[in-house]
Amino acid sequence: MAAEPRGSNGTVYHVKAGPDGTLLSMKDFSLWYGLAQALFNVSMTVEKGLVTALIGPSGCGKSTLLRAINRMNDLIEGLKCSGKIVLDGTDIYDPSVDVIGLRKLMGMVFQKPNPFPMSIAENVTYPLKVDGIRDKRILKETVEKALKAAALWDEVEDRLNENALSLSGGQQQRLCIARAIAGEPEVLLMDEPCSALDPVATAKIEDLIDELKGRYTIVIVTHNMQQAARVSDNTAFMYLGRLIEYGETSVIFTNPKVDKTMEYVTGRFG
Amino acid sequence: MKPEIVRGDSADASETSAVENEQLLSSEKGAREATASEASDHIRAKDEMLPEKGGRGVSRKSMVWDFKARGEPFLWGLGGALTIGIMMIVGFVVLIVYNGLLTFYPKPIERVVLKSGAILAGETTRSEVFRPGPETLKNLSPQDRKLVEDLNGYATRNLYRTGNFDLYNDDFRWVSDYDVAEIHRPRDLIFLERMEWGPFIGTIKSADFNGKIVDKESLKWDELKLQHRQAEKRRKRVKEIERDQLGAINHLLERDRLKLRKVEIKHGKQSAEYLRTLEDLKGKEDELQSRHEELSREAAILKELDAKYTVTMADVGGREVNLRISDMVRFYPANDLSFVEKLGIYLSRWWEFLTDEPREANTEGGVMPAIFGTFCMTVLMSLAVAPFGVMAALYLREYARQGRLVSLVRICVNNLAGVPSIVYGVFGLGFFAYVLGGSIDQLFFPERLPNPTFGTGGLLWASLTLALLTVPVVIVATEEALAAVPQSMREASLACGASKWQTIKNIVLPRAMPGIMTGLILAMARGAGEVAPLMLIGVVKMAPELPIDQFFPYIHLERSFMHLGFHIYDVGFQSRNSEAAKPMVFVTTLLLIFLVFLMNAASITLRNRLKRKFFTGHF
Repeated sequence: MAAEPRGSNGTVYHVKAGPDGTLLSMKDFSLWYGLAQALFNVSMTVEKGLVTALIGPSGCGKSTLLRAINRMNDLIEGLKCSGKIVLDGTDIYDPSVDVIGLRKLMGMVFQKPNPFPMSIAENVTYPLKVDGIRDKRILKETVEKALKAAALWDEVEDRLNENALSLSGGQQQRLCIARAIAGEPEVLLMDEPCSALDPVATAKIEDLIDELKGRYTIVIVTHNMQQAARVSDNTAFMYLGRLIEYGETSVIFTNPKVDKTMEYVTGRFG
Repeated sequence: MKPEIVRGDSADASETSAVENEQLLSSEKGAREATASEASDHIRAKDEMLPEKGGRGVSRKSMVWDFKARGEPFLWGLGGALTIGIMMIVGFVVLIVYNGLLTFYPKPIERVVLKSGAILAGETTRSEVFRPGPETLKNLSPQDRKLVEDLNGYATRNLYRTGNFDLYNDDFRWVSDYDVAEIHRPRDLIFLERMEWGPFIGTIKSADFNGKIVDKESLKWDELKLQHRQAEKRRKRVKEIERDQLGAINHLLERDRLKLRKVEIKHGKQSAEYLRTLEDLKGKEDELQSRHEELSREAAILKELDAKYTVTMADVGGREVNLRISDMVRFYPANDLSFVEKLGIYLSRWWEFLTDEPREANTEGGVMPAIFGTFCMTVLMSLAVAPFGVMAALYLREYARQGRLVSLVRICVNNLAGVPSIVYGVFGLGFFAYVLGGSIDQLFFPERLPNPTFGTGGLLWASLTLALLTVPVVIVATEEALAAVPQSMREASLACGASKWQTIKNIVLPRAMPGIMTGLILAMARGAGEVAPLMLIGVVKMAPELPIDQFFPYIHLERSFMHLGFHIYDVGFQSRNSEAAKPMVFVTTLLLIFLVFLMNAASITLRNRLKRKFFTGHF
């Protein structure tokens, strides 16, 4: 079902609905770094089981929005926000919410591959380790399952105890994805996961995203519009901290409703 | 700001024509500055600058080597400073190693006959050139004066180690070369190290082996050696009895006395408990006393036997001295040794130095207690400073809100590193020993009062004082190391659902560990070499007992101890004869440097292992 343009604050909004409904919904979410406002009344939904891409020029707030979802922004001093981000009927910014518990529901993959300086297996089992799981059998199963899901198993099967830093950049990033999904999260947040990778590694990650779709709800920030077009179901276009248009990817890239979006996706600016 | 300069510089950078400049001006600066007069002003200014600009351009782009522009003089200055530093360090190390290694090598003994007719014999120690004073010259014979004048008024003199302190009241003697009539190296001169009075240099006259008198001609070297070995065995046995066994009995007696005193303090002298304990201990005490007497008797018998084995020695002047064989440590004919024999003596001296206790006010014998004390103290200090410093730095860097208060604390910590170390010694004595130790004594060892247990300087307090002294180094290094852990690592861990502490424990600390270790190594190196505060808080010239022994609780942290650094000071400047002690100063310094080097090498190896584990690959 293609929803009608509904939006708030001038956002044009016509997303493809997820098969199992909406997972996350943001309502008038604004955010300030000290006195500088980074996000202005963003309202959007993240549909369960689909891939949502966030695009826009540098500094438009797409990474900030992504990091607002698992509250990684909390690390920054002087951060303020208003509005709501609702997950399963709970506002994640409610004082009663346990940030650590929230983050356990979300896997995150960063711009640069950042595996821990430990063995490959230890990297994958890290989310379980912090949960206090010590059972060797479960850990072993998780390693295999997560690495297979991240399409890395065949390459590292016989060197699980080697240092993760000996892997190539693309392998490291897939290891980070394996680590992110090892804790069985609901959502996978990806912050420009391919920006530090070469085209071959990028293609592998994109294939992986395709495979993971359905099992996980994926939110991906990307600079690369072709990538957004290739991997995502819905695309949100942001500009200067505002959500300009949010809709089905095919529509955003071929027939956007807002001129600014058209200018951006056709490469006239940004 | 003058318009000329503005235009001149910008024209310099962008080689635009005057016309372009005008356009640029009007478009850039807009209505604000675009009045006609100002514009023409700028253009005029540019024209004025042109010739100069051309001139500067040529010199700037020229390929002629420009001394100043290359910064070469500074490079030479920097390199020179580094070279001077390295040369000083290398020179120092070579001096220490050379002197330290040569000290124990047996030197020949020269028998010197002076023109005055006097005779002396001694080890050649060193020689120097000096200028004899006019009074001295006047008293010389004409030939000697001529000799000195031929050398432009200079003469050489040698320092002989004559030994025989008991006869001469001196160990060393300078001999000017114009005083010397002849020099021999007789083969029968013996260098004899004694338990007391330092070395003896002379010849053997006769020996008395339990009534059997052997004169010089019929005395066989092997027989003397054999007797010496047996005497050494007896000496060791006496030492074992007097130090270890009688020491143990005294320890047990003291323990019983303290036990009784404890009961007395608790229940009073008239109480049933006191009387019962007294009765209990009475039997034990008698048993110990009888054992004590038995051992004392054995020692006395051995000593009596020792007195029956003697050697009569004579110095070069013919004065005779009667010596017990058991008082002889080592003796050898200094001018009649093969290389292998010399090497054997050299190694046996090193062995004695490393494994034995000092004798003769520390100037002879070994330094084992000092090595042990230095090692124990450094290890204890590291154990104390590591958690303390790391925890403080963790709080400062990871948990504390970065504000004015934290900056203030940080400044204070840095300033602590600059406080003179003796101040820490005073603090350690005042706070640790008197306040803390005093309270501990009141609470836990009231039966020993008024003798202090923890209420005086000791190993524990010295280690804690040094830990306090070195904690700023660890805090600063740890903070640096924590700050160097990439934010991406922390984010990755937090995004996995780890709490802050889990992140610190699993990711930040391991990753910062090499940097923390560097701080610890620096702290250890500083602590191991520190002497001034220790002199106030636990180091002594001669410690009767090691901090670790066979009596419960085995490790006695309250005991005073010996330290190599203090030993150097003590031997070099507080001993009977600083000339005699000089070689020992070098040897002990060499040993201290080696010990510090060894401990540092161990921790650097550990650090590099950690580094290999955590720093392979790149982020």
